[in-house]
Amino acid sequence: MISLNFPILSVITYLPLLGILVICMINSKHHDLIRWVAFLTAVAGFFVSLPLYFMFDSNTWHMQFVENVPWIPQFGINYHLGIDGISLLLILLTTFLSALAILSTWSAVTEGVKGYMISLLLLETGMIGVFCSLDFILFYVFWEVMLIPMYLIIGIWGGPRRIYAAVKFFIYTMSGSVLMLVAILFLYYLNYKSTGVYTFDILSYHNLGLPSNIQFWLFLAFFLAFAIKVPMFPFHTWLPDAHVEAPTAGSVILAGVLLKMGTYGFLRFSLPIFPQATVDFVPMIMCLSLIGIIYGALVSIAQDDIKKLVAYSSVSHLGYCMLGMFALNIDGVKGSIIQMINHGLSTGALFMIVGMLYERRHTRLISEYGGIMKVMPVFASLFLLVAFSSMGVPGTNGFVGELLILIGAFKASVGYGLLATVGLVLGAVYLLWMYKRVMYGNITKDANKQLKDMNGREYAYLIPIIIFIIWIGVYPKPFLDKMDASVQHLLQMVNQQ
Amino acid sequence: MEQVMTTINLSAIYPEIILALFSLIILMLQSFYSFQFRNYYGYVSLIGVLSAVAVVLFEPCGFELRFVEYSFSGMWVVDNYSRFFKLIFLLGTLLTILISIKYLEDEVMQHGEYFALILFATIGMMIMASGAELITIFLGIELMSISLYALTGYTRTRMISNEAALKYFLLGSFATGFLLYGIALLYGSTGTTDIKGISTFLATADIQGSGLIVMGMLLILIGLGFKIALVPFHMWTPDVYTGAPAPITAFMSAGPKAAAFAAFVRIFMDAFPSLQGEWTALIWVIAVLTMSVGNIIALVQDNIKRMLAYSSIAHAGYILVAFLAAGELGITGILYYLLTYTFMNIGAFALITILGGKGEKRIDVQDYKGLGYKYPYAAIIMSLFLFSLAGIPPTGGFMGKFYIFSAAIKEGYIGLTIIGVLNSVVSVYYYLRVTVAMFMHDSNTVKNNEMPALIFTPALIVAIVISACGVLSLGIFPSGYIEIVKQSFLVLQ
Repeated sequence: MISLNFPILSVITYLPLLGILVICMINSKHHDLIRWVAFLTAVAGFFVSLPLYFMFDSNTWHMQFVENVPWIPQFGINYHLGIDGISLLLILLTTFLSALAILSTWSAVTEGVKGYMISLLLLETGMIGVFCSLDFILFYVFWEVMLIPMYLIIGIWGGPRRIYAAVKFFIYTMSGSVLMLVAILFLYYLNYKSTGVYTFDILSYHNLGLPSNIQFWLFLAFFLAFAIKVPMFPFHTWLPDAHVEAPTAGSVILAGVLLKMGTYGFLRFSLPIFPQATVDFVPMIMCLSLIGIIYGALVSIAQDDIKKLVAYSSVSHLGYCMLGMFALNIDGVKGSIIQMINHGLSTGALFMIVGMLYERRHTRLISEYGGIMKVMPVFASLFLLVAFSSMGVPGTNGFVGELLILIGAFKASVGYGLLATVGLVLGAVYLLWMYKRVMYGNITKDANKQLKDMNGREYAYLIPIIIFIIWIGVYPKPFLDKMDASVQHLLQMVNQQ
Repeated sequence: MEQVMTTINLSAIYPEIILALFSLIILMLQSFYSFQFRNYYGYVSLIGVLSAVAVVLFEPCGFELRFVEYSFSGMWVVDNYSRFFKLIFLLGTLLTILISIKYLEDEVMQHGEYFALILFATIGMMIMASGAELITIFLGIELMSISLYALTGYTRTRMISNEAALKYFLLGSFATGFLLYGIALLYGSTGTTDIKGISTFLATADIQGSGLIVMGMLLILIGLGFKIALVPFHMWTPDVYTGAPAPITAFMSAGPKAAAFAAFVRIFMDAFPSLQGEWTALIWVIAVLTMSVGNIIALVQDNIKRMLAYSSIAHAGYILVAFLAAGELGITGILYYLLTYTFMNIGAFALITILGGKGEKRIDVQDYKGLGYKYPYAAIIMSLFLFSLAGIPPTGGFMGKFYIFSAAIKEGYIGLTIIGVLNSVVSVYYYLRVTVAMFMHDSNTVKNNEMPALIFTPALIVAIVISACGVLSLGIFPSGYIEIVKQSFLVLQ
């Protein structure tokens, strides 16, 4: 275990705040300067977070880079940060996507650039904080803090129904999380009764050995909070609204990182703290995941708006993550984590691609396009690559994740595996059919004849994602190795039951 | 004779004396022509409040834990509990005065009575916090209420303000009647109005189920419940909050509510602990009703003062949750919450006062459209207060709710806590409505809705900055405050 006195996690978490401070001092008329400061802050955040990967010791499941100082000692609340193999990749994904997301809305947002960039950076702080926190209250604070900037991003810079979408997003998420707060408090006093220590330290709640009926209710409360965030069927209705209305960067972050907080929550809290309930809930969660996979895919097929299609595809993909996780074997869980990263990359990229089309034509209806390949050949090939990654074609990252998840699911039960495979086929259907209608054929609309191919900035934010799409697809070992010890330890805790 | 002299300990009421002195000075200053229609009264009363704060803070006894000092033959008590409440009242008064100066200038009403009445009301609240005896507490309530009746109708040319004052006065005196009747019944059955005396009597005399005593307790609950605005005694709140001048609404929503809670907690925890079985279920129901009715009716309000009136009802409900979870955590939770509430609510009202403009013409949610474009900083700070009221971290409102609900769960009120947190989700909707209006409407439609220039005077800015700093520091660095609150825990027998 590497011990460092340098508080690297705090630096990564609060670096965006420094950027906000600088932006606050810039006159709001200097749009370009504000954009550059925000972008450079996010890039700096990514480069500061890179050493985490190299210095991370993958042989141990113990938390690393730990910072632990009292915050509110009267309640036993600590400022406790640390990461393990599960959160490491998610933090890197966050810093990576944040930088690219800022680049992707360079020209799309022209009003209130200052507030927009401040919101994006604040969001980054919240997200990294969620993945680093090892204290319940600290976690909860970051979890909720992140809501405000996302709410503003959707509500101020979003599409025509943005207010509805933003308020729905906020209230939906909040109603899940307040019940989680009640469960956390309940757990806190339960822990006090059995150990005599007031603490909100998440790790000390592992192996608490709660009676199974209490585990049931607590699991349910946490389940609600996380299932809304994932979102699992039938709590997914906020997602299409939020995605369709959000500006491109908002969608990228929402799909890429925010949804992962739900799945991350399951891994960090539900599984290790309520192992008995986890096992009991497996049939229900598997069912909901399968419904999500198939339902999400079917609804995607029926969409005539590209962005909505991608949004519903997220419901389907996150269903895979949940399926793999609750297969409760090493392949499934590892597949689930890698699939979280994959989904962040490929769906993030899909939203960026939709954003590129939207910036050119200001519509997202599939019927408005057709034959785009003729005018934007490079764009077409990259789009196809990203679509392949999203449907899990071998050689791309999606394949690795889905394969592992399917292995896990088949190991758990053949039925789950078979049904999940149906979802894979449907995934190919909606993506390829959409691709066909948008890109192939003749140009039917005059407005599409003048479209320009991708510009330098667009390459700059799409190419890095594509590099990772192929890298994970071809050689996923460096990523999978990092999470090995943590996942094994996690499963050990669950399987003790 | 000497015996009597020793119990009259004037140093125990120095803060009250100072405030009374200053209010008299202000009244006298009025007779000088050169002082008229100037802001001097406001600044003089500020000095008075600040010196009272200094006296409360630096009383010779220091902040020893569990320090209690009775004086005036046991009618008056100074303990950390009452001192903490006095600081809350003085904070509320301070912020109100800062807001009022500009408001009175706009209304051309820079009279001294206004500030004198505010100071008198504050003295009343302080008496309520320090009263160790029902009659003393009653005197405090009356002093506070009568000053507030007058202040509510202070903008006398405005019809709505007159209506509010009359309503408040009639209903208020009715509620006072209940309170007095309750005190009379208690006196009749226990032979004393002393809080400790009642508690000793109830503990020793084996008459716990006695109808008279329970009746007396219920009548006191009604009387104080009216002042706190608990459902179903809340009917006056929306009208009065809407009609009163905005700074007075701010004042009423923080200080007097806290004062009523101070008396309520002291009476119920100190005098009726043996009757806990009788009031627990009742207060459970009242808490649920107060939270739910307040939040649900607030959902459909367009007038922002009215909306915050209902929200303040709901907040009283949250505090009742902590009250039910009696014990150290619950009571310190109440103190923490009231402090936070003072900051966030007065802060919000300070902005409402500024945005309302002359004659309070712009107090609908619709009028806030586009504020975020024209005055981004004002809009951001307003959102901070609203998010805090909604209980979203990292604000004081979140820590306050966290404190209250953790106390409730500790005592096993899980159902109540779940109702409470779901209520706070409901409340998010109407607080968000204001932020939606401020930030999220098209800038095109906003241009049609011309926003007049806002004037920020230094006093207003100071008030807003104090409130904002309070809300943020209570949310991000709460441990220092928690330490103070813990020392101010009500000492129970």
